[in-house]
Amino acid sequence: MATPLIQISGLEKAFTANESWLSQWRFRHGKFKRHKDSVHALNGVNLTINQGETLCVVGETGCGKSTLARAIMGLTTPSAGEIHYLDQRIDQLNNRQRMFFRRRMQMVFQNPYASLNPRMTVYQTLSEPISFHNPQLSQSQVDEQIDELLESVGISASSSDRYPHEFSGGQRQRISLARALSVEPDFIVADEPLSALDVSVQAQVLNLMMDKQEERNLSYLFITHDLAVVEHFATRVAVMYLGKICELAPTGTLFSAPKHPYTRALLSAIPRLDSNTAQPIRLIGEVPTPTEKPIGCVFQARCPYANQRCYETSPTMTLQSDGSSVACHAIEEGRL
Amino acid sequence: MKYTKKDLLHPTSGSRWGHIWSGVVGDKLAMLALIIFIFYCLVALLAPLVAPFDIVDPAFMDLMNAEIAPSWISGDHRFLLGTDAQGRDLLSVILYGTRLSLTIGICAVLIQATLGICIGLMAGYLGGRIDNFLMRCADIQLSFSNMMVAIVFLAIFQSLFGMARYQQLAMVILILVIGLTEWPLFARTIRASVLAEKQKEYVDAARVMGISPKRIMFRHILPNTLSPILVIFTVQIANAIVAEAALSFLGLGMPATEPSLGSLISAGFAYMFAGSWWICVIPSVTLIILILAMNLLGDWLRDHLNPRTYKD
Amino acid sequence: MNLLSVSNLHVNFHTKEQELAALIDVSFTLNRGERIAIVGESGAGKSVLGFSIVNLIGKPGYIDSGSIKLENKEITKMNLRQLQEVRGKRIAMIFQDPMMTLNPVLTIGDQLVETIRSHTKINYKDARNIAIEKLHHVQIASPEKRFDQYPHELSGGMRQRVIIASVLLLNPDIIIADEPTTALDVTIQAEILQLLLTICRDNGVALVLISHDLGVVSKVAERTIVMYAGHVVEEGPTLEIINDPQHPYTQGLLNALPQMTLPGQRLNQIQGSMPSLAERPSGCAFHPRCPYATQKCRQEQPRFIFSGVSSVACFLVEDMLNEFADKDQEAS
Repeated sequence: MATPLIQISGLEKAFTANESWLSQWRFRHGKFKRHKDSVHALNGVNLTINQGETLCVVGETGCGKSTLARAIMGLTTPSAGEIHYLDQRIDQLNNRQRMFFRRRMQMVFQNPYASLNPRMTVYQTLSEPISFHNPQLSQSQVDEQIDELLESVGISASSSDRYPHEFSGGQRQRISLARALSVEPDFIVADEPLSALDVSVQAQVLNLMMDKQEERNLSYLFITHDLAVVEHFATRVAVMYLGKICELAPTGTLFSAPKHPYTRALLSAIPRLDSNTAQPIRLIGEVPTPTEKPIGCVFQARCPYANQRCYETSPTMTLQSDGSSVACHAIEEGRL
Repeated sequence: MKYTKKDLLHPTSGSRWGHIWSGVVGDKLAMLALIIFIFYCLVALLAPLVAPFDIVDPAFMDLMNAEIAPSWISGDHRFLLGTDAQGRDLLSVILYGTRLSLTIGICAVLIQATLGICIGLMAGYLGGRIDNFLMRCADIQLSFSNMMVAIVFLAIFQSLFGMARYQQLAMVILILVIGLTEWPLFARTIRASVLAEKQKEYVDAARVMGISPKRIMFRHILPNTLSPILVIFTVQIANAIVAEAALSFLGLGMPATEPSLGSLISAGFAYMFAGSWWICVIPSVTLIILILAMNLLGDWLRDHLNPRTYKD
Repeated sequence: MNLLSVSNLHVNFHTKEQELAALIDVSFTLNRGERIAIVGESGAGKSVLGFSIVNLIGKPGYIDSGSIKLENKEITKMNLRQLQEVRGKRIAMIFQDPMMTLNPVLTIGDQLVETIRSHTKINYKDARNIAIEKLHHVQIASPEKRFDQYPHELSGGMRQRVIIASVLLLNPDIIIADEPTTALDVTIQAEILQLLLTICRDNGVALVLISHDLGVVSKVAERTIVMYAGHVVEEGPTLEIINDPQHPYTQGLLNALPQMTLPGQRLNQIQGSMPSLAERPSGCAFHPRCPYATQKCRQEQPRFIFSGVSSVACFLVEDMLNEFADKDQEAS
């Protein structure tokens, strides 16, 4: 059955909003006190990614999904919690210790126009990681690998001397994927890889990602706000809101029977082509900025079903009969 | 994070030099400035070959020939631009002087740039406390007038080690003094562009690959910040030459035996109203044209590499 | 009488090397109170079209030929004062990024009041009341409080609402919305679309929605224009275009949507990508990516023909129609 590849437990991340040391001092009640304003991007995320699956993380702007990706890749250090790769803890490694995991885990970025160095040719972009991680390879072996890689993502090997600006957005995203694949990882984090692409090109890149998954038995953590892509591509879906996961379910279950009030609102808001869908569920207000660590359920401020308990205690993820897990008091109590 | 369409519209370019070259060809003023600059460089480089007299030759300085006016006034065809108070051929002295001024200017700016680039890269990329510390150092450095630092330093040096020692080392000391006082300008510019580049995903991609911070700074980020450096570089060379000239004029620069453009002007100034105006005016005009060309070139580069018109 | 009619519009971009055609022979009409959508991928020229309607294309772009008529008045021949009268009062624009229109150093209220007072003689207090009423109209909670806030204090969705409110101040006949919800989250997007829809319906305002998202378009527009590489390739009722697309590009675009295939299956992709302005192929611009392309498609430009419900520029459809016509004649 499913073997867990990445396990994340109790992951928290707070960013300091007032970076400068001087501005952290406040005069209050006759005393100078040092006070850091912080934004809580992740508030205790528990998540397991299994081998060979595609786990999609969905959520709106500011829900912490990109921070989650960056924390897994070691681009930001989490404030609390643990990340395990198979059975090794990887969240507190220094650069040298992490090197082994750099080859196992890779990342594809959102903006195809910024994720490739404009001053490096495609050849340079790809040869750097290959020769960096395989110093024993000869020049001709590296060249051979690069040609193979480019062909495998549908870019002709003859164009390897060109600069990124000579390629279209879709082609650049293919090159980005080729770069990630160059070190032969078994886990790829993709942070909104399609959102900057046109519909017809999105399909090309998504197909390519699916092909590579089949070929190399890759696992994906796919971060997106596009629910149509999720429905098509994901094995399981995690819905995030304000730094917490509020629902985690197999894709089919989530789309046919969404449970958490937020998931329901989110799904109803997708503009679908068929005209007979119901009116979107309107949420009250806007997503708040999490400057204080939330007490109670993260969704309480906008939830139509919130009661006193939701304001006071934070719900925990509970497994439902159909295989999904939901963090909601209303569902626990059978009110919903 | 969402990207608006504007971020995606300007594809970044790979060939900076090609872009600059095609721009220079299209702009007459820039072309003229570039030609003048190249002309000065050539003349400075080839001074020993071009100059009619050898300035190291003891016979070169002959008081019998002192203060001869330029050939079109005096009709003396030995000295095209006349001679100075020591009887040296002005053309030869100016050629060697230009060579010295340019060398001092370029070397000083190279020191500024190296220091500034390293400090700016570190401050911008590493951030946090290091950034704070380095930038406060830059602020302190900037709060002293460069001229003041140079004057104080040179005066102390002269009184400590004596004039003879100073005259031997004058050029090196001038380069160091001008080079070490103006690095914050480079550091600040680099830091600002590094901060912008650091946000871009290719830096994250390199980090995810496990590439070392040093390599990311110099191989990935630095090539993307070179355009503003190029602009400051040209303008700073002009500034360094002016600084050297000013120091020499004040008697703190190059000695009269090894004259730069500044010390020539300084030496000639005494004869300005005694009728021998050319000793002062001709080196001044030479200096002014050089500085003007450099500034024109810098201005044009700034406009041309402006990210609004050219996303670099 | 059409409210707006664009006919044979050609827009070019002037570059050092060559003249690049951004719009080629674009024609469409808009009736009073009608909602149409212009759909296409980036580089199709849909935004250029939006800007051209109010003659707002900046250099190096210019209108080469063709006419844009607002009722009887020719927009391409107007001087700056007449144009300013049209922009804002008759035709208003909403952009993807609200900060393009909002001034970051003025409060929301000041900007709204200024807009009102620059067009009508009215004192501050009345203008303020109108502004607050409009803010209320676009469903902004506690408009009195928002009135004194600066744009950066509002969220993206809220700013877009303010823009819609400011557009409503002058009762325009047409609103051109260029990707108004692209930068917003799905839940906010749904609300803004709903708001736009109700406002257009209630006030009889015509809407030109420029979007790349067919899902969004299907929710709002009655009629859809599909653009590809500067050409209009298909035009017709939105439902018709979504359920029975004629042009191979429209078909490809719809089929590429993830919901068109079963989960886990490969998506139906269109090969290649849209050509840039400088590399537009000869003949039908879509032929290098078209699965049905013939020799004729490579050489000749297809005409725009009416095929019953919608209009299409494609030889495939044209040939099919001709065949039917021939058969009809034989039968009779």
